[in-house]
Amino acid sequence: MIPVLRGEQGPVLVGLLPVAFLGLLFLLPVLRLFLLSVEGGTLAHFDRAVTSDLYLTVFIETFRIAAIVTCCSLLMAYPVAYVLSTASPRWVLIGLVFLMLPFWTSILVRTYAWMILLGRNGVLNQALLGAGMIDKPVALIFNTTGVVIGMVHVLLPYMVFPIYSAMLRVNRDLLLAAEGLGASGWSVFRRVFLPLTMPGVIAGTALVFILSLGFYITPALLGGGKVIMIAVLIEQQVRQFLEWGFAAALSCLLLVVAVLFYVLLNRLGRRETIA
Amino acid sequence: MNDAPPHGVTAARNPLLSLSSVVKRYDTVLAVAGVDLSVRDGEILTILGPSGSGKTTLLKMVAGFEQPDEGRIRLGERDITEATPASRGIGMVFQNYALFPHMAVAENVAFPLEMRRMGQAQIKERVARALALVGLAGYEKRYPRQLSGGQQQRVALARAVVFEPPILLLDEPFGALDRKLREQMQLEVKRLQRQLGITALFVTHDQEEALVLSDRIAVMNLGRVEQIGTPFEIYAQPVNRFVADFIGESNLYRGTVSAMAQDRLTAGIESGLTITAQTAAPRPVGSTVGIVVRPEAPRALGDCETADNVATGSVTEVVYLGDAIKYVVALDGGAEMTVRWPYRPSSEALPIGARLRLGWSADLVHVVGWD
Repeated sequence: MIPVLRGEQGPVLVGLLPVAFLGLLFLLPVLRLFLLSVEGGTLAHFDRAVTSDLYLTVFIETFRIAAIVTCCSLLMAYPVAYVLSTASPRWVLIGLVFLMLPFWTSILVRTYAWMILLGRNGVLNQALLGAGMIDKPVALIFNTTGVVIGMVHVLLPYMVFPIYSAMLRVNRDLLLAAEGLGASGWSVFRRVFLPLTMPGVIAGTALVFILSLGFYITPALLGGGKVIMIAVLIEQQVRQFLEWGFAAALSCLLLVVAVLFYVLLNRLGRRETIA
Repeated sequence: MNDAPPHGVTAARNPLLSLSSVVKRYDTVLAVAGVDLSVRDGEILTILGPSGSGKTTLLKMVAGFEQPDEGRIRLGERDITEATPASRGIGMVFQNYALFPHMAVAENVAFPLEMRRMGQAQIKERVARALALVGLAGYEKRYPRQLSGGQQQRVALARAVVFEPPILLLDEPFGALDRKLREQMQLEVKRLQRQLGITALFVTHDQEEALVLSDRIAVMNLGRVEQIGTPFEIYAQPVNRFVADFIGESNLYRGTVSAMAQDRLTAGIESGLTITAQTAAPRPVGSTVGIVVRPEAPRALGDCETADNVATGSVTEVVYLGDAIKYVVALDGGAEMTVRWPYRPSSEALPIGARLRLGWSADLVHVVGWD
């Protein structure tokens, strides 16, 4: 029988399915993870995580890379979003297809492709050597640079889309008005366009930063074991040391930090939209 | 459309803003087809026209948001044809006000002053003065979306005049307001304009608004200025059929001149009716003309009364307008005439089917070219 959705029950029933789905497949595992981390009724795993220099260093490294990736994405995404927001419908379509391309290829394929491009004897180094711009291959891979390049590539669309949609919402008359009131191009941007697109910037930043914190495959492959991000460490704990409890504690810490960061940015974003 | 140059009073005072032979094309479409226009210092000049007449394009070229393909624009002594919008120093009120949503009222009004690198103390004083001028003192900290449409309009006005521009441009600024508020704002703009002695160029498609606000009106159609004149001239002496039809309500008939003696022109209209008009411009017998009779011109004649023009007919429609009543009268012979008379509570409205003898004098008939 098809359930008849009517009155106030309708939306509730419709909402129930995704809530049940999320609850079953997301909240329950998270809860289970948390229980794992405090198994035996002690906080010993957490204690180990926050007191050991090693894990603290990895955490800091993770944040550092996430911050670099977020900054690079922002610097690249803002102009891209601007060009898209002013382009003709045809170019918008072409631009969006190019942006979406990374989404349509497997992350493994993409990461290996970067290895071919950036490796010691990779396409980029060969080209630079051939052009005589460098005398010996530059290390573009198995270091922070490689990890950042790979991650920015994957995460760029997450930054572009919120900014692009914020830019579309900006009334172009406001820019004309500012210009007419005596503002230079730079002033129009700084005083009007940038503040009005800030909500998009904040949303994109939150997305990219939080997603960066949990990146695994890209740093694992492009970092070549030299760049350890927290997700890599957690995986090691589970697969190599079978330390489920400790891995769970690290995961919980990561989750808490991500949530805190999200709340902070969300609040900032709300203030931006009100103001 | 008439190819004759627009009729108008010759400029008595120096023009503050002048456009000469301004042309703007979009692809192959002529949006503005060679406009000459002078706005005198201190006046409100309205560009009135239907949508697509090129009036907004014209305003954008004055503001600097569009570049004319041909012609020059001068502001005072300065040729501003190629100047950037920022360097023109012109105040503009946009159709939807274009207030900066992320800035409070005071910040919005302070914006043009900050762009001019004015000192903070002076900015504060000027902003306060401008807000007081539009009756919004005390609203400094509000944000645009916390204001009503009329209040937003006032902020936009304050922002546009706070830096004392030589000329104020207004692009259909009252379109979004309801009727009562619109009338109130129109009077307010007029008061403000007089108080500041500012020159204003105003764009609208609403002829009533143009009549209320303007010192002079330029009627635009298909990218050209058809006529420039005072509201009275535009209403009483339209130069062509388009202007006669566009401004106010009018009975417009196509007629053929049957006699022309001194200043009296007699024309037969299609339905057999003959109308006599007083006109300064002689027209050849046999030519086709437009005969304009404003609805307030005819009056109801008693049995023994007579007039230059007399027609009988019966009422087919009665429209009560509050302060006036409008009758549509089917004249004997087939023509239709709309008449509008002030409503007096003492007299009863005529019923549908009532017979009427209408009479109007020749000097209340206006003759325009037909093509």
